[in-house]
Amino acid sequence: MSAANAADEMKGQSLNAQLSNDARLRYVLRLGDTSLVLGQRLGEWVGHSPALEEDLGLANLALDLVGQARLLLSYAAEIEGKGRDEDALAFFRDAPQFTNLTLAEQPNGDFAQTLVRQFLLDAWQLEIYEGLASSSDTRLAAIAAKAVKETRYHFRFSSGWLIRLGDGTEESHRRAQNALEGIWRFTDELFVADEVDEQVAAAGIAPRLADLQPRWSAHIDEVLGGATLQRPASIPYPWHGKRGVHTEHLGHMLTEMQHLQRTYPGAQW
Amino acid sequence: MTQDWPLFEVFIRSRSGLEHKHVGSVHASDARMAIEHARDVYTRRQEGVSLWVVRSSDIMASDPAEADALFEPARDKVYRHPTFYAIPDEVKNL
Repeated sequence: MSAANAADEMKGQSLNAQLSNDARLRYVLRLGDTSLVLGQRLGEWVGHSPALEEDLGLANLALDLVGQARLLLSYAAEIEGKGRDEDALAFFRDAPQFTNLTLAEQPNGDFAQTLVRQFLLDAWQLEIYEGLASSSDTRLAAIAAKAVKETRYHFRFSSGWLIRLGDGTEESHRRAQNALEGIWRFTDELFVADEVDEQVAAAGIAPRLADLQPRWSAHIDEVLGGATLQRPASIPYPWHGKRGVHTEHLGHMLTEMQHLQRTYPGAQW
Repeated sequence: MTQDWPLFEVFIRSRSGLEHKHVGSVHASDARMAIEHARDVYTRRQEGVSLWVVRSSDIMASDPAEADALFEPARDKVYRHPTFYAIPDEVKNL
Protein backbone atom coordinates (compact mmCIF):
# COMPACT_ATOMS: atom_id res chain seq x y z
CA MET A 1 0.00 0.00 0.00
CA SER A 2 1.42 3.37 -0.95
CA ALA A 3 1.78 6.13 1.58
CA ALA A 4 -0.94 8.12 -0.18
CA ASN A 5 -3.31 5.15 -0.04
CA ALA A 6 -2.55 4.57 3.62
CA ALA A 7 -3.29 8.22 4.36
CA ASP A 8 -6.56 7.97 2.45
CA GLU A 9 -7.37 4.80 4.34
CA MET A 10 -6.76 6.49 7.69
CA LYS A 11 -8.77 9.49 6.68
CA GLY A 12 -11.60 7.17 5.70
CA GLN A 13 -11.45 5.40 9.03
CA SER A 14 -11.47 8.55 11.08
CA LEU A 15 -14.37 9.85 9.00
CA ASN A 16 -16.21 6.61 9.78
CA ALA A 17 -15.43 6.93 13.45
CA GLN A 18 -16.66 10.50 13.36
CA LEU A 19 -19.86 9.53 11.60
CA SER A 20 -20.54 6.74 14.01
CA ASN A 21 -19.78 9.03 16.95
CA ASP A 22 -22.26 11.63 15.69
CA ALA A 23 -24.85 8.90 15.26
CA ARG A 24 -24.02 7.54 18.69
CA LEU A 25 -24.49 10.98 20.24
CA ARG A 26 -27.78 11.56 18.50
CA TYR A 27 -29.03 8.09 19.37
CA VAL A 28 -28.17 8.43 23.07
CA LEU A 29 -29.76 11.89 23.14
CA ARG A 30 -32.97 10.50 21.66
CA LEU A 31 -33.20 7.81 24.30
CA GLY A 32 -32.40 10.28 27.07
CA ASP A 33 -34.84 12.90 25.82
CA THR A 34 -37.64 10.35 25.51
CA SER A 35 -37.13 9.22 29.11
CA LEU A 36 -36.85 12.80 30.37
CA VAL A 37 -39.96 14.08 28.61
CA LEU A 38 -42.04 11.07 29.62
CA GLY A 39 -40.78 11.35 33.20
CA GLN A 40 -41.71 15.04 33.33
CA ARG A 41 -45.18 14.26 31.99
CA LEU A 42 -45.75 11.63 34.68
CA GLY A 43 -44.45 14.06 37.28
CA GLU A 44 -47.32 16.38 36.38
CA TRP A 45 -49.67 13.86 38.03
CA VAL A 46 -48.10 14.25 41.45
CA GLY A 47 -50.78 15.53 43.80
CA HIS A 48 -53.53 14.97 41.22
CA SER A 49 -53.83 11.19 40.95
CA PRO A 50 -57.13 9.46 41.67
CA ALA A 51 -55.69 7.77 44.77
CA LEU A 52 -52.70 8.25 47.04
CA GLU A 53 -51.32 4.86 45.99
CA GLU A 54 -51.47 5.82 42.30
CA ASP A 55 -49.83 9.14 43.06
CA LEU A 56 -46.85 7.29 44.47
CA GLY A 57 -46.95 4.69 41.71
CA LEU A 58 -46.78 7.27 38.92
CA ALA A 59 -44.13 9.26 40.78
CA ASN A 60 -42.03 6.11 41.08
CA LEU A 61 -42.23 5.56 37.32
CA ALA A 62 -41.34 9.20 36.76
CA LEU A 63 -38.30 8.94 39.02
CA ASP A 64 -37.09 5.81 37.23
CA LEU A 65 -37.40 7.64 33.90
CA VAL A 66 -35.64 10.77 35.11
CA GLY A 67 -32.90 8.53 36.50
CA GLN A 68 -32.49 6.92 33.07
CA ALA A 69 -32.45 10.36 31.47
CA ARG A 70 -29.66 11.50 33.81
CA LEU A 71 -27.46 8.52 32.89
CA LEU A 72 -28.16 8.89 29.17
CA LEU A 73 -27.79 12.67 29.01
CA SER A 74 -24.58 12.56 31.06
CA TYR A 75 -23.21 10.05 28.58
CA ALA A 76 -24.39 12.17 25.64
CA ALA A 77 -22.65 15.20 27.13
CA GLU A 78 -19.42 13.21 27.39
CA ILE A 79 -19.63 12.02 23.79
CA GLU A 80 -20.32 15.57 22.70
CA GLY A 81 -17.29 16.82 24.59
CA LYS A 82 -18.26 20.47 24.62
CA GLY A 83 -18.25 20.93 28.37
CA ARG A 84 -22.00 20.57 28.76
CA ASP A 85 -23.49 18.29 31.41
CA GLU A 86 -26.85 16.54 31.94
CA ASP A 87 -28.41 19.70 33.40
CA ALA A 88 -27.26 21.89 30.54
CA LEU A 89 -28.81 19.44 28.10
CA ALA A 90 -32.05 19.15 30.05
CA PHE A 91 -32.62 22.79 30.93
CA PHE A 92 -30.86 24.88 28.31
CA ARG A 93 -31.99 23.37 25.06
CA ASP A 94 -35.16 24.54 23.32
CA ALA A 95 -37.82 22.30 21.82
CA PRO A 96 -36.21 21.99 18.36
CA GLN A 97 -33.08 20.60 20.01
CA PHE A 98 -35.05 17.95 21.88
CA THR A 99 -35.14 14.64 20.04
CA ASN A 100 -37.63 12.62 22.06
CA LEU A 101 -40.27 10.50 20.38
CA THR A 102 -43.36 12.58 19.65
CA LEU A 103 -45.52 10.11 21.57
CA ALA A 104 -43.70 10.88 24.84
CA GLU A 105 -44.59 14.58 24.80
CA GLN A 106 -48.33 14.11 24.30
CA PRO A 107 -50.36 15.65 27.14
CA ASN A 108 -51.53 13.56 30.09
CA GLY A 109 -55.23 13.97 29.28
CA ASP A 110 -57.29 11.75 31.56
CA PHE A 111 -55.91 8.77 33.47
CA ALA A 112 -56.62 6.43 30.54
CA GLN A 113 -54.67 8.61 28.11
CA THR A 114 -51.69 8.72 30.45
CA LEU A 115 -51.74 4.97 30.94
CA VAL A 116 -52.17 4.14 27.23
CA ARG A 117 -49.23 6.42 26.35
CA GLN A 118 -47.22 4.79 29.12
CA PHE A 119 -48.11 1.29 27.98
CA LEU A 120 -47.11 1.89 24.35
CA LEU A 121 -43.79 3.44 25.37
CA ASP A 122 -43.06 0.90 28.11
CA ALA A 123 -43.40 -1.88 25.54
CA TRP A 124 -41.07 0.05 23.21
CA GLN A 125 -38.45 0.79 25.88
CA LEU A 126 -38.58 -2.83 26.98
CA GLU A 127 -37.52 -3.98 23.50
CA ILE A 128 -34.91 -1.24 23.16
CA TYR A 129 -33.27 -1.86 26.53
CA GLU A 130 -33.30 -5.62 26.10
CA GLY A 131 -31.64 -5.15 22.73
CA LEU A 132 -29.10 -2.70 24.13
CA ALA A 133 -28.01 -5.23 26.76
CA SER A 134 -25.76 -6.74 24.07
CA SER A 135 -24.62 -3.40 22.65
CA SER A 136 -21.02 -3.06 21.49
CA ASP A 137 -21.08 0.16 23.52
CA THR A 138 -20.43 -1.11 27.05
CA ARG A 139 -21.56 2.13 28.70
CA LEU A 140 -24.89 1.96 26.91
CA ALA A 141 -25.19 -1.75 27.72
CA ALA A 142 -24.69 -1.00 31.43
CA ILE A 143 -27.31 1.76 31.42
CA ALA A 144 -29.73 -0.56 29.62
CA ALA A 145 -29.10 -3.39 32.08
CA LYS A 146 -30.26 -1.13 34.92
CA ALA A 147 -33.12 0.42 32.98
CA VAL A 148 -34.57 -2.85 31.74
CA LYS A 149 -35.43 -3.97 35.28
CA GLU A 150 -37.26 -0.72 35.90
CA THR A 151 -39.00 -0.96 32.56
CA ARG A 152 -40.26 -4.49 33.24
CA TYR A 153 -42.09 -3.11 36.25
CA HIS A 154 -43.38 -0.13 34.24
CA PHE A 155 -44.80 -2.52 31.67
CA ARG A 156 -46.37 -4.69 34.36
CA PHE A 157 -47.92 -1.57 35.92
CA SER A 158 -49.27 -0.04 32.71
CA SER A 159 -50.43 -3.29 31.10
CA GLY A 160 -52.29 -4.16 34.31
CA TRP A 161 -54.06 -0.83 34.08
CA LEU A 162 -54.87 -1.31 30.39
CA ILE A 163 -56.62 -4.58 31.20
CA ARG A 164 -58.38 -3.09 34.21
CA LEU A 165 -59.61 -0.06 32.26
CA GLY A 166 -60.42 -1.86 29.01
CA ASP A 167 -62.14 -4.78 30.68
CA GLY A 168 -63.61 -2.63 33.46
CA THR A 169 -66.75 -0.52 33.28
CA GLU A 170 -68.43 0.79 30.15
CA GLU A 171 -67.00 4.22 30.94
CA SER A 172 -63.43 3.04 31.53
CA HIS A 173 -63.54 0.94 28.37
CA ARG A 174 -64.77 3.90 26.34
CA ARG A 175 -62.04 6.16 27.69
CA ALA A 176 -59.28 3.60 27.14
CA GLN A 177 -60.38 2.94 23.56
CA ASN A 178 -60.62 6.70 22.88
CA ALA A 179 -57.13 7.21 24.29
CA LEU A 180 -55.79 4.46 22.06
CA GLU A 181 -57.46 5.92 18.96
CA GLY A 182 -56.16 9.37 19.89
CA ILE A 183 -52.46 8.59 20.15
CA TRP A 184 -52.02 5.52 17.99
CA ARG A 185 -50.91 7.76 15.10
CA PHE A 186 -47.72 8.55 17.01
CA THR A 187 -46.62 4.92 17.16
CA ASP A 188 -45.31 4.78 13.60
CA GLU A 189 -42.33 6.87 14.62
CA LEU A 190 -41.28 4.23 17.14
CA PHE A 191 -40.03 1.91 14.40
CA VAL A 192 -39.30 4.08 11.37
CA ALA A 193 -35.51 3.99 11.12
CA ASP A 194 -33.64 7.02 9.82
CA GLU A 195 -29.91 7.30 9.09
CA VAL A 196 -29.04 7.56 12.79
CA ASP A 197 -30.88 4.35 13.63
CA GLU A 198 -29.31 2.61 10.67
CA GLN A 199 -25.78 3.70 11.54
CA VAL A 200 -25.97 2.69 15.21
CA ALA A 201 -27.50 -0.65 14.22
CA ALA A 202 -24.77 -1.25 11.65
CA ALA A 203 -22.11 -0.43 14.27
CA GLY A 204 -23.65 -2.96 16.69
CA ILE A 205 -24.47 -0.15 19.11
CA ALA A 206 -28.22 -0.58 19.01
CA PRO A 207 -30.76 -3.20 17.94
CA ARG A 208 -32.34 -2.87 14.52
CA LEU A 209 -35.77 -1.25 14.90
CA ALA A 210 -37.29 -3.49 12.23
CA ASP A 211 -36.29 -6.53 14.31
CA LEU A 212 -38.06 -5.15 17.39
CA GLN A 213 -41.37 -4.22 15.81
CA PRO A 214 -42.90 -7.72 15.57
CA ARG A 215 -42.18 -8.40 19.27
CA TRP A 216 -43.56 -5.01 20.30
CA SER A 217 -46.61 -5.62 18.18
CA ALA A 218 -47.19 -9.06 19.72
CA HIS A 219 -46.89 -7.62 23.25
CA ILE A 220 -49.39 -4.91 22.41
CA ASP A 221 -51.87 -7.33 20.83
CA GLU A 222 -51.68 -9.70 23.76
CA VAL A 223 -52.51 -6.99 26.30
CA LEU A 224 -55.15 -5.33 24.12
CA GLY A 225 -56.81 -8.72 23.74
CA GLY A 226 -56.95 -9.16 27.51
CA ALA A 227 -58.26 -5.61 27.79
CA THR A 228 -60.98 -6.21 25.15
CA LEU A 229 -59.66 -3.14 23.31
CA GLN A 230 -59.46 -2.83 19.53
CA ARG A 231 -56.09 -2.14 17.98
CA PRO A 232 -56.57 0.95 15.78
CA ALA A 233 -55.75 0.71 12.10
CA SER A 234 -52.23 1.88 11.40
CA ILE A 235 -52.12 5.44 10.12
CA PRO A 236 -48.66 6.07 8.70
CA TYR A 237 -47.79 9.64 9.48
CA PRO A 238 -44.32 11.11 9.43
CA TRP A 239 -43.84 12.40 12.97
CA HIS A 240 -40.30 13.58 13.51
CA GLY A 241 -39.88 14.20 17.22
CA LYS A 242 -36.59 12.36 17.14
CA ARG A 243 -35.40 14.80 14.49
CA GLY A 244 -36.46 17.81 16.58
CA VAL A 245 -39.79 18.48 14.89
CA HIS A 246 -42.43 18.42 17.61
CA THR A 247 -46.10 18.91 18.29
CA GLU A 248 -46.97 22.17 20.00
CA HIS A 249 -47.18 20.40 23.36
CA LEU A 250 -43.46 20.04 23.98
CA GLY A 251 -42.71 23.75 24.14
CA HIS A 252 -45.35 24.32 26.81
CA MET A 253 -44.03 21.42 28.82
CA LEU A 254 -40.44 22.66 28.61
CA THR A 255 -41.48 26.16 29.66
CA GLU A 256 -42.57 24.75 32.99
CA MET A 257 -39.76 22.21 33.31
CA GLN A 258 -36.99 24.68 32.53
CA HIS A 259 -38.42 27.76 34.22
CA LEU A 260 -36.39 27.59 37.41
CA GLN A 261 -33.02 26.93 35.77
CA ARG A 262 -33.63 29.62 33.16
CA THR A 263 -34.53 32.14 35.84
CA TYR A 264 -31.75 31.16 38.26
CA PRO A 265 -29.10 29.43 36.13
CA GLY A 266 -27.15 26.84 38.09
CA ALA A 267 -29.47 27.03 41.10
CA GLN A 268 -29.15 24.01 43.39
CA TRP A 269 -30.92 22.74 46.46
CA MET B 1 -62.91 6.44 43.58
CA THR B 2 -60.79 5.23 46.50
CA GLN B 3 -63.82 4.45 48.63
CA ASP B 4 -64.86 1.86 46.02
CA TRP B 5 -61.58 -0.01 46.32
CA PRO B 6 -61.32 -2.62 49.04
CA LEU B 7 -58.58 -2.46 51.64
CA PHE B 8 -55.65 -4.90 51.64
CA GLU B 9 -53.22 -5.51 54.49
CA VAL B 10 -49.56 -5.50 53.48
CA PHE B 11 -46.83 -7.78 54.84
CA ILE B 12 -43.14 -7.43 53.96
CA ARG B 13 -40.27 -9.84 54.41
CA SER B 14 -37.29 -7.60 54.92
CA ARG B 15 -34.63 -10.24 54.23
CA SER B 16 -34.48 -13.85 53.17
CA GLY B 17 -34.95 -16.11 56.16
CA LEU B 18 -37.01 -13.63 58.16
CA GLU B 19 -40.77 -13.70 58.51
CA HIS B 20 -43.25 -11.39 56.77
CA LYS B 21 -44.30 -8.55 59.03
CA HIS B 22 -47.39 -6.40 58.86
CA VAL B 23 -46.46 -2.88 57.74
CA GLY B 24 -49.78 -1.22 56.84
CA SER B 25 -52.50 -1.28 54.22
CA VAL B 26 -53.37 -0.08 50.72
CA HIS B 27 -56.54 0.38 48.73
CA ALA B 28 -56.72 -1.54 45.46
CA SER B 29 -59.32 -2.87 43.07
CA ASP B 30 -57.73 -6.32 42.84
CA ALA B 31 -54.90 -8.41 44.24
CA ARG B 32 -52.49 -7.59 41.43
CA MET B 33 -53.01 -3.87 41.94
CA ALA B 34 -52.62 -4.39 45.69
CA ILE B 35 -49.17 -5.91 45.17
CA GLU B 36 -48.20 -2.99 42.92
CA HIS B 37 -49.51 -0.44 45.39
CA ALA B 38 -47.75 -2.18 48.26
CA ARG B 39 -44.54 -2.17 46.23
CA ASP B 40 -44.93 1.51 45.34
CA VAL B 41 -45.93 2.68 48.81
CA TYR B 42 -43.92 0.45 51.15
CA THR B 43 -40.74 -0.69 49.37
CA ARG B 44 -39.37 2.58 47.98
CA ARG B 45 -36.37 2.43 50.28
CA GLN B 46 -35.40 -1.22 49.89
CA GLU B 47 -37.57 -2.32 52.78
CA GLY B 48 -38.09 -5.83 51.51
CA VAL B 49 -37.53 -8.80 49.24
CA SER B 50 -41.03 -10.28 49.33
CA LEU B 51 -44.61 -9.01 49.67
CA TRP B 52 -47.87 -10.53 50.83
CA VAL B 53 -51.20 -8.80 50.54
CA VAL B 54 -54.48 -10.07 51.91
CA ARG B 55 -57.92 -8.54 51.80
CA SER B 56 -58.56 -6.91 55.16
CA SER B 57 -62.07 -8.36 55.14
CA ASP B 58 -60.58 -11.86 55.00
CA ILE B 59 -58.79 -11.40 58.30
CA MET B 60 -60.67 -12.73 61.30
CA ALA B 61 -59.72 -10.63 64.29
CA SER B 62 -60.27 -11.16 67.99
CA ASP B 63 -62.90 -8.97 69.60
CA PRO B 64 -61.40 -6.31 71.91
CA ALA B 65 -64.45 -6.76 74.17
CA GLU B 66 -63.32 -10.33 74.75
CA ALA B 67 -59.76 -9.35 75.63
CA ASP B 68 -60.33 -10.05 79.32
CA ALA B 69 -61.48 -13.57 78.64
CA LEU B 70 -58.88 -14.28 75.99
CA PHE B 71 -55.73 -12.79 77.45
CA GLU B 72 -56.14 -12.04 81.16
CA PRO B 73 -56.01 -15.69 82.28
CA ALA B 74 -52.41 -15.96 81.08
CA ARG B 75 -51.28 -13.17 83.35
CA ASP B 76 -50.78 -15.23 86.53
CA LYS B 77 -49.29 -18.29 84.83
CA VAL B 78 -45.70 -17.24 85.41
CA TYR B 79 -44.66 -20.89 85.46
CA ARG B 80 -45.15 -20.93 81.68
CA HIS B 81 -41.97 -18.91 81.28
CA PRO B 82 -38.78 -20.95 81.38
CA THR B 83 -37.18 -18.30 83.57
CA PHE B 84 -39.62 -19.34 86.33
CA TYR B 85 -37.57 -22.46 86.97
CA ALA B 86 -34.31 -22.54 88.86
CA ILE B 87 -31.85 -24.83 87.14
CA PRO B 88 -29.84 -26.98 89.59
CA ASP B 89 -26.11 -26.43 89.18
CA GLU B 90 -25.66 -30.16 88.58
CA VAL B 91 -27.66 -30.03 85.35
CA LYS B 92 -25.31 -29.60 82.39
CA ASN B 93 -25.96 -28.96 78.78
CA LEU B 94 -29.46 -27.58 79.22
